[in-house]
Amino acid sequence: MMTTHLLTLSGLACQREGRDLFDDLDYQVAPGDYVELTGPNGSGKSTLLRSIAGLFADYSGAIEAAPLLYVGHRPAVSPLLSPLDNCQWFLDLVGSDADPLPALARVGLAGFEEILCQQLSAGQQRRVALARLILAQRPLWLLDEPLTALDDSGQRLVCQLIEQHVETGGAVVCATHQSLGLSATRALVLGERQSSTAGVVA
Amino acid sequence: MSVAGVFVGQLRREFKLLLQSREELANPLIFLFLALTLFALGGGGSPEMLRDFAPAIIWVLVLLANLLALEGLFRRDYDDGSLEMLVLMAEPLFLPVLAKILAHWIYSGLAMTVLAPLAALILFLPAEVLPTLLLTLLVGTPALSLIGAIGAALTVSLRRGGVLLALLVLPLYVPVLIFGAGAVVEAMAGIENMAQIYWLLVITMVALTIAPFLVSAALKISLEQ
Repeated sequence: MMTTHLLTLSGLACQREGRDLFDDLDYQVAPGDYVELTGPNGSGKSTLLRSIAGLFADYSGAIEAAPLLYVGHRPAVSPLLSPLDNCQWFLDLVGSDADPLPALARVGLAGFEEILCQQLSAGQQRRVALARLILAQRPLWLLDEPLTALDDSGQRLVCQLIEQHVETGGAVVCATHQSLGLSATRALVLGERQSSTAGVVA
Repeated sequence: MSVAGVFVGQLRREFKLLLQSREELANPLIFLFLALTLFALGGGGSPEMLRDFAPAIIWVLVLLANLLALEGLFRRDYDDGSLEMLVLMAEPLFLPVLAKILAHWIYSGLAMTVLAPLAALILFLPAEVLPTLLLTLLVGTPALSLIGAIGAALTVSLRRGGVLLALLVLPLYVPVLIFGAGAVVEAMAGIENMAQIYWLLVITMVALTIAPFLVSAALKISLEQ
């Protein structure tokens, strides 16, 4: 009873354009959980993540979430700034005085710190967003299609970051079309038509 | 000191972005001087007429140039997702918002104030009222950036928000125009004009108190969809 959940959804329901995206959704995410959020296009994965992040308010029910970091479709990387400046801005924003360089090296951007992001590839820009996962120090990560534009080593990097975060008591909710194949994955499937809007597989 | 860090960090980011997009920076100023030149050419070679209308022309063009610069205030951050990150992560949000508005004012309002003597020269404005013109611009243009930012925040998620932005913001600019141009006209007529300048100051102070919070709320509304 007293386990502290990082995320609690109770009776969450959302309608969009007259159809139920999810209805009466109850779900808990505890420290150490990796939740893979799946479902067909348009089933409400992004909407659910945006609702949890606080970017979408048109739902009923309650959401209680620990301090979180949301990485959406748009990676929040300014093309007119260098990876270093992008990370430094983020650190100023969250009031941290951590050093961004080790995190940038970890995501494979060593040597690219001072180059404008518009000269980097889409995958490298996603890696800047991944560096923020390391820098943010938030217990709950919400990732929306984190594998987009990443090469094999980038995808392995995402898996490593998630595993490391989960092992150290964090939790990750990740919307994705291709399973990351991590052990101890919990699945949350949206859009199981009509029967129950959200089916939960342990 | 992390509260000040949020403000300074955002300001540093804005200046780095501005340095990378210099041509965008110059657009409002180029517009201002093109329009001024056209007025001078269309004035029929009559310095008296141009001089009489100079306060109104300069203030109206500053208003429009300010509006031109407003559209980009949040647009770029909205497009690359940085605005979402800002709204989610900044605590409190009004500080980085204020930093963005300050940056906008420096490259629109302050830049125009610095270049106003040139505008006064083109329109034959008497040199003795130049201090009044500069003072009204210095005191009045911050209100334009602050009020305009509310409109820019409300329209940032609309693809073609430009006309709507003008419709929202221009009526709110009218008091600034009346007091700003009015003060210069009265200075030309040799009438005491401190009342207008105090009114400009009042508008700017009220805008400074309210606008950062309204902009923060407007940004949240714009992103929640």
